[in-house]
Amino acid sequence: MDHLHLILAGFGGQGILFAGKVAAYAGLFDQKEISWLPSYGPEMRGGTANCSVCISNRPIGSPLVVNPNALIVMNRPSLDKFAGAMVPGGVAVVDSALIDKKIDRADVTAYYLPATSMAEEHGLRGLANMILIGKLFRETSFCTEESLWKAIEKCVPARKAEMLGLNKEALRLGMEYQG
Amino acid sequence: MPEKVLMKGNEALAEAAIQAGCRHFFGYPITPQTELAAYMSKRMPKVGGTYLQAESEVAAVNMVLGAAAAGVRAMTSSSSPGISLKTEGISYMAGSDLPALIINVQRGGPGLGGIQPSQADYWQATRATGHGDFQILVFAPSTVQEMVNLVSDAFDLADQYRMPAMILADGMLGQMMEPVALPENSGKTLPEKPWSASGHHGERKHNVVNSLYLTPQALESLIRDRFHRYEVIREKEQRAEEYLTEDADVVLVAYGASSRVARSAVEAARENGIKAGLIRPITLWPYPVDAIERAIPTVKAFLSVEMSMGQMVDDVKLAVNGRRPVYFYGRTGGMIPTPNEVLEEIRKIAGGM
Repeated sequence: MDHLHLILAGFGGQGILFAGKVAAYAGLFDQKEISWLPSYGPEMRGGTANCSVCISNRPIGSPLVVNPNALIVMNRPSLDKFAGAMVPGGVAVVDSALIDKKIDRADVTAYYLPATSMAEEHGLRGLANMILIGKLFRETSFCTEESLWKAIEKCVPARKAEMLGLNKEALRLGMEYQG
Repeated sequence: MPEKVLMKGNEALAEAAIQAGCRHFFGYPITPQTELAAYMSKRMPKVGGTYLQAESEVAAVNMVLGAAAAGVRAMTSSSSPGISLKTEGISYMAGSDLPALIINVQRGGPGLGGIQPSQADYWQATRATGHGDFQILVFAPSTVQEMVNLVSDAFDLADQYRMPAMILADGMLGQMMEPVALPENSGKTLPEKPWSASGHHGERKHNVVNSLYLTPQALESLIRDRFHRYEVIREKEQRAEEYLTEDADVVLVAYGASSRVARSAVEAARENGIKAGLIRPITLWPYPVDAIERAIPTVKAFLSVEMSMGQMVDDVKLAVNGRRPVYFYGRTGGMIPTPNEVLEEIRKIAGGM
């Protein structure tokens, strides 16, 4: 991918901002220009959370992604809000365990995977975000695989070291998901 | 070169201040600036510094005044409504020739306004950070790395010219993360401040730090001295980035967050065969009039792009002084212009030339 303009969106508590940070660090480790911009304020408190991540070979202009070429959505309001804004040719990754709607556009490619139930089944509760990142990586190669593993190692704080293996397992689940 | 890490603008500002030798922070929480104060509360005790959450913005800025008068590097940070409360203290500091750093992570106004990014405090920062005849240094970073770099410059120049300095950021820059290389603690010694009220130990006359001058002649003479200093600053301290301006027909002028949008629009215009360029003021006071002047001979029109109803455009017009048309495009209230909106404005201007 020449440049990634990614929006990740869902509810607060789903790890939206964290997943965006992992994607951003992966870009950084690939020696790319990157930016990460969260939604903040009342929008976040108990409501929707989203963040914009840009990865590019060139300096990033506005870090606010208006028309994403990649989208990860973890709730219905986010799909309704952002699917229409995608550029033609964009790639969407949808948590179908939480969203029963399809993206009604022929000019974007959407992948549906029940990330939240997959996480539950594998003892990875709360890591649907990483499953979705794994899937996005598999479908877009937005970064190198090596950098993605490095990024997750960087982002899981030392005091939660026991979470690192689980995060990696979730990433791998997403990468290997067929369908 | 130190390893690059991802940091939020607010946190990067705080760490950069510590690296620049600031050990006294006085603040009060307000969105979208709070991470700066929160970071300071964690770091300051570890470096032997003072973090103090005051009872109000007015108290915080006056604590900065006191610390600055004692000769230490001191700072405060806030967002728009909080800065309005601090203006009294800033005026007193300017009137007492005190160096200090004030950070404004702007949000929408007036009043409590909103909490989303804005640039509607330009007039306040460059014209009236308080009552009276005075200026402060105003810096406008556009990336997290530049925020880091400008913090130490702002402290140094504030010391050099004995006046307050402001970093005028906004909610976007404060909240976003970008890779930064933090300066290694240079360990450089901070300048001596023989004027400070830091104890004379019976070895010299006591210093007085004060802004009250009841004799009009004395006050006028002091202000005139200060304005001579401002003239030197206008001559020596202007900063701007000029991007693709050499052959540009339309030159955009934008600072901070909106300059990032403007840069994308300039690139899109070039791809569409329109010769556009960008002047990005890095100092807002002194305003980089020399950069505007350099563009005048070749440019056909200027376009000021702001997250306000049009404030910096006044300074563009003053610099252009009627020699070229100056247009304005802005969004306000927390709205961020898109590159496409700005491109449309460039198209209109280019089409009319």
